[in-house]
Amino acid sequence: MLEVRNLTKIYEGGVLALNRVSFQVPQGQFLAIIGLSGSGKSTLLRCINRLIEPTEGEVIWKGVNITTASPQELRLVRRKIGMVFQNFNLVYRSKVITNVLCGRLGYVNPAWSLINRFSQEDIQKALRQLERVGIADKAFQRADELSGGQQQRVGIARALMQDPEMILADEPVASLDPVLAHSIMRYLEQINKEDGVTILCSLHFLDLVHRYADRVIALNKGNLVFEGLPQEIDDQKFKEIYGREAERIG
Amino acid sequence: MEKKTQPSIWKSLRLGLGILAVLVVYAYGFQVTKVDLAEFRKESRQDSRIRVMRALVKPDIFEFDQEEFTVFAPIYVPCPNQMPQIPPPDPNQPYLVIPSQCGKPNQSIQVEGFNFQPNIKGPIFFVPSSDPNASLALQRGNIETDSQGHFLITIRLPNRPSEEVQYLKVVTRRNVGLPRFSQTAKDTWDKIIETIFLALLATTIGTLFSLPISFFAARNLMKEVKSPLTSISLAALGWPIGIALGLNAARLIQSFLAPWRHQSPASLVLGVGSALAGTLLLRWAVFDPRREQDNRSTKMLRTVAQLAGLVAWVLAFFALSQLGVKVGFSLASHLGRFAFLGNFIGQLSDVVTVLLTPAVALAGGAWVGSLGGELGTKWNDTLPAAVLKLLNSLFSAFAMATLFGLLGWGIGWLYEIKTIAYTLFYPAAVGAVLGALLALFTQPKQPLPIGLVIYTLTRTLLNAVRSIEALIMAIVAVIWVGIGPFAGVLALGLHTIASLAKLYSEQVESILPGPIEAITATGATRLQTIVYAVIPQIIPPYISFTMYRWDINVRMSTIIGFAGGGGIGFLLIQNINLLNYRAASTQMLAIAVVVAAMDYLSSAMRERFV
Ligand SMILES: Nc1ncnc2c1ncn2[C@@H]1O[C@H](COP(=O)(O)OP(=O)(O)O)[C@@H](O)[C@H]1O
Ligand SMILES: [Mg+2]
Repeated sequence: MLEVRNLTKIYEGGVLALNRVSFQVPQGQFLAIIGLSGSGKSTLLRCINRLIEPTEGEVIWKGVNITTASPQELRLVRRKIGMVFQNFNLVYRSKVITNVLCGRLGYVNPAWSLINRFSQEDIQKALRQLERVGIADKAFQRADELSGGQQQRVGIARALMQDPEMILADEPVASLDPVLAHSIMRYLEQINKEDGVTILCSLHFLDLVHRYADRVIALNKGNLVFEGLPQEIDDQKFKEIYGREAERIG
Repeated sequence: MEKKTQPSIWKSLRLGLGILAVLVVYAYGFQVTKVDLAEFRKESRQDSRIRVMRALVKPDIFEFDQEEFTVFAPIYVPCPNQMPQIPPPDPNQPYLVIPSQCGKPNQSIQVEGFNFQPNIKGPIFFVPSSDPNASLALQRGNIETDSQGHFLITIRLPNRPSEEVQYLKVVTRRNVGLPRFSQTAKDTWDKIIETIFLALLATTIGTLFSLPISFFAARNLMKEVKSPLTSISLAALGWPIGIALGLNAARLIQSFLAPWRHQSPASLVLGVGSALAGTLLLRWAVFDPRREQDNRSTKMLRTVAQLAGLVAWVLAFFALSQLGVKVGFSLASHLGRFAFLGNFIGQLSDVVTVLLTPAVALAGGAWVGSLGGELGTKWNDTLPAAVLKLLNSLFSAFAMATLFGLLGWGIGWLYEIKTIAYTLFYPAAVGAVLGALLALFTQPKQPLPIGLVIYTLTRTLLNAVRSIEALIMAIVAVIWVGIGPFAGVLALGLHTIASLAKLYSEQVESILPGPIEAITATGATRLQTIVYAVIPQIIPPYISFTMYRWDINVRMSTIIGFAGGGGIGFLLIQNINLLNYRAASTQMLAIAVVVAAMDYLSSAMRERFV
């Protein structure tokens, strides 16, 4: 169970990116977050694992208050929360397998990891994750030799290495073409359904929301403007979320 | 219309004045730089120009064994009344022909030579003695034979009248055998090797130090580092305490080890033993996330074990470097031709010994400082704001007072100010007031951008150091460690640190932030994030910059000798001062070859990495 209470973020310079946002996500749910560009989706996801420090409010996950956790506690929380990014955020000069092994950094002996030593177990595990996302043959290539869709699969494999109980996906398919988008979304769906991992995923296209999400929240200029089932988004709601001029296409 | 003309006159006037000003500036420039073509055209200048140029195109690289060939011809000065009989020369040997075989003093006569080596040069002498091999010989000119080995020269006889027979002597030299390297070439070779290694060492030192510094000078990394005033002031108080502790610990350990200085086996046992013990202790003590959380007493125990492990490691380092000095130098006296290897071990161990004390002091400072910081964070999280504000003003006043007091003490020492009030009390008081003010005007829990402060300080320091030319640093280094390549290594090393740290930090600033974010999100520590997200991105440009810097250092080390910093420049400036231009030419040639080779090599290597 993830509980977000009155989460507020004001950036330096005074931009109000999140305004007292509150919602709850039961364990194992696939939650979609929608909203225009600049509505605060990325900020919300990053405030949950404190890549961005929230200005006010609380994030409580499995009974732990993330917002007040000490640096060490925070690391222990973060290692259970996988994250997938729009631009994949791989280390492009490193090998694919090294990128995947990075997901293990919260678990390994810090001293050994500093000289790039991972246990045989972890390496086998990394290869299994790559197999799961269908690119086991690319394990020893450099990450920048892969195509966009393959890179995002490496990103998912890296998140899986964390044995996550929750995955935060920030527009994971926005830089991919529609066919690839579905294949990536299916992996997330599979992880959600088979492993029971909670997924918070910000999305652009409503058809993806209808197809994959259990529940939706919508942001507009930092305000939570909708919370409910995907089917409940009718034309009226759509206009509220995306503004008056928006045409519904999805 | 009128409106338009007025400003245009102004414009022309301004333009005219501007041109005039530029003219004046250049005229003054000519005056102060003494641009003077009359000097350039002077005959004496022209001569020396030609002489130097001709010497320069004949670098002194090869030399030959030379065979000297001397031919004599008897001559009477003045002509005697009764000319004695002179036997005719052997026509198969080189010989001289002097018309009438006599002359008046100061008379010009023609001398002809036959059967000489073709195209050969040599001096012609008058020997004012009846012994042709007498040491005194007056040079009368230089002969040069044609392709038939014949020459004709007019010489003036000296004013050396004598009744006895005197002689004309022609000496020619001929190269025989294969060419071999001249002494100049050998010296140049030695020095050019010294130059290359000087550059190598300076680059290595520069790289080692600028690596960590570059992170402190990278804005994108440092702007993330923020902490509340409580942590900052406690950390700032912790540093000097830690440094003092570290210094004392190092001193204690060294005096503990001193009795075994000359007993290598004991040093070895101590070193290896404590290294093992330290490793075991640290393995147990370092926080391992796999163990989840420890309870309170175990945590305490681990902290103690960490400390003990570190002390054991320091002991090991001291013992082993002590051993290294002993073994290295004794090896050096037994290894003969490979003495330099033993010497290397000895010197390196000595360097480690010297560096260990400041390193321990720094580590102590960092340790106590970070303990203070952690304590501050804890209080910051738990204590109410009002209490915190009070504590903050107290700690920050203390911290600033310490800082200013130390600064004042340093300045007092430099300027030999003896009044303790000026150097210690007043600065400390000012610092205390400033610290208290800082605490008053900041919110107690507000994170302050301490990272940016460190960044700015580092950058300023680097810029200051970089603005001093390496040649000038060499002059200073010569005062410190004496004339020689070591001074050059220090000067170039320091300059390299400053400029590489800047180049490196710019690379760190241009890395992609995405991977850092992603690795941080996995629960990695800050150090792990640097190792996995930052370092892979900066290794290729770092290698490329290091190569580039080595290239620059080779260039610089060729002239660092001008200031006494060793290397080939030392030889070059000497030869120029001695007007020994052919030798200087050899050295310039060597520099050109090495610089060109380095240029090629470094660009080839850089291409491979980027
Ligand atoms: N680092 C930042 N500093 C200042 N403002 C920011 C920063 N990041 C985002 N913002 C602003 O916050 C708002 C929300 O941004 P974001 O969370 O990225 O929205 P979304 O992901 O929905 O496009 C935008 O107005 C954006 O301009
Ligand atoms: Mg976004």
